Amino acid sequence: MTVRLRKQHWGRTVFVFALLILFLVPFYLVLNNSFRTTEMFVTSPFKLTDSLDPKNYIDAFNKMRFMNGLQNSFIITLCSVALILITASMSAHYLVRNRNRLTNTIFGIMVASMIVPFQAVMIPLAKIYGSMNLYNNPLTLMFFYMGFGQAFAVFIFHGFIKGIPVELEEAALIDGCGRLKNFFSIVMPNLKPVIVTVLILDVLWIWNDYLLPSMVLLSPDLRTLPLSTYSFFTTYSVDYAPLMAGLVLTIIPVIALYLLCQKQIIEGVVQGAIK
Amino acid sequence: MRENSLVKRGGYFLAFNGLSLFAFLCVLVIPFIYGFILTFTNWNAISDTFSFVGLQNYVTVFSDKEFLRQFLITLKYVVISAVLCNVFAFTIAYFLTSGMRAQNFLRGGFFVPNLIGGIILGYIWKFMFANVLTQIGKTFGIALLKTSFLTNPDRAIWAMIIVTVWQYAGYLMMIYIAGFVGIPRDVQEAADIDGAHGLRKLFRVTIPLMVPSFNICLFITLSRSFMAYDLNLSLTNGAPYGSTQLAAMHVYQKAFMSKQFGVGQAEAIVLFVVVALISVTQVLLNKKREVEV
Repeated sequence: MTVRLRKQHWGRTVFVFALLILFLVPFYLVLNNSFRTTEMFVTSPFKLTDSLDPKNYIDAFNKMRFMNGLQNSFIITLCSVALILITASMSAHYLVRNRNRLTNTIFGIMVASMIVPFQAVMIPLAKIYGSMNLYNNPLTLMFFYMGFGQAFAVFIFHGFIKGIPVELEEAALIDGCGRLKNFFSIVMPNLKPVIVTVLILDVLWIWNDYLLPSMVLLSPDLRTLPLSTYSFFTTYSVDYAPLMAGLVLTIIPVIALYLLCQKQIIEGVVQGAIK
Repeated sequence: MRENSLVKRGGYFLAFNGLSLFAFLCVLVIPFIYGFILTFTNWNAISDTFSFVGLQNYVTVFSDKEFLRQFLITLKYVVISAVLCNVFAFTIAYFLTSGMRAQNFLRGGFFVPNLIGGIILGYIWKFMFANVLTQIGKTFGIALLKTSFLTNPDRAIWAMIIVTVWQYAGYLMMIYIAGFVGIPRDVQEAADIDGAHGLRKLFRVTIPLMVPSFNICLFITLSRSFMAYDLNLSLTNGAPYGSTQLAAMHVYQKAFMSKQFGVGQAEAIVLFVVVALISVTQVLLNKKREVEV
């Protein structure tokens, strides 16, 4: 009996390992062929590279203006997420602590708005903000992310703040602590676990987003990484090898983040989906 | 005195809610309402003026054979992807909660594609389909793989489905794992003592207890794949012959390439209604279950 069970376990382990290898083969191929030539890639994609020649990387790095894209992506993601976190947590706190018809309606509309897909407002956004000459500006994009990120973040914060006892805040308020100071010094520190959840989900969303920035950021200097990758691929579509290096370069930042805080990322993603 | 307290209360409201509400209204609420109004006009982006045309745009949408065809393609893509994603994710989650060696490492590995944006994933697989799979087909004499999936109108949609499954499987797997872990120990032990093992235990005990996880995962796959755009753009760009142009891409093309904003927005509203129906169904199903339990 035990022997059979153990055998089964071995069989399972080998099966799942094989599946994972199959699952990750595309990454191996991209990484491997980023060091080879296009011709080698076309004739023998699986053959392990015999050199670590950085030529393709230098090529991709320059042609896709990697640093420019990385910097834009970094600034836009960081500012947008900071804006969402601060405004949504404050808003949720107010909505929880002041229950009345108005706040219930606001919260209800926010929750309901989460089913609106981006495509449903894409055209009116282009019309309104395009006609006001606000396009082609990273600040507009951050404002958009702040608006789109609001409902979900308020929803998550709302659920969490409901569970925090109000007594602590009341004591501070009676002691003469202002409402803003009260929020930032007493409420905010308690929100740490949900802040991490929202932070992770929003960072992954904004960092990888393509459609919205492709509409707002028109000039090449403003491109985020997904946009630089897209334009790199559409401009140099014949020479495969540098393209592979470009893909590796774009993937590196996310994988680095994943290796650093894998546990929090997986937890955040699961929490965000279950709520 | 009274006025003072009103000002104070208003100030408190604005300080905490002002920015949040302003962004929410300007980016989502107003454009959504405005967009709805736009669907009753003949606005075309070139002229500044437009007039109301009633339901004309909706009539155009529902009599547009191209849109209907692409809507059906999208439905096919959505349903098949949702089923395959969930079956695959559930199976791996089942294996990875059975006390296996290197469990955490394996879970982490399957999750990787989900970290990367659709544009990048599409490009990775473009080479897989165009280059690598055709190589394998030629070397081992597999007829199915000899020509690229991406150049065959019948098979290109399957390329989209394969990559979608690959993209979401790890994500859904994590949700299913949380579901497996959440099943109370005593129920499992009771099933063991009663002699329910293996598949029987899986179908009679585990799966019924995991209905909430199925509900969440199905909803995620349905709503996300219905609105798929990035992957569609980089992997196939609608080719060959529009056989893989999904609904979301069609809306984009209609609005920004053919400059028919009114019709494009009407299509977007139709898609919104479909996605909204899926979400409402999910919420109702959840409510109903809560009552039963």
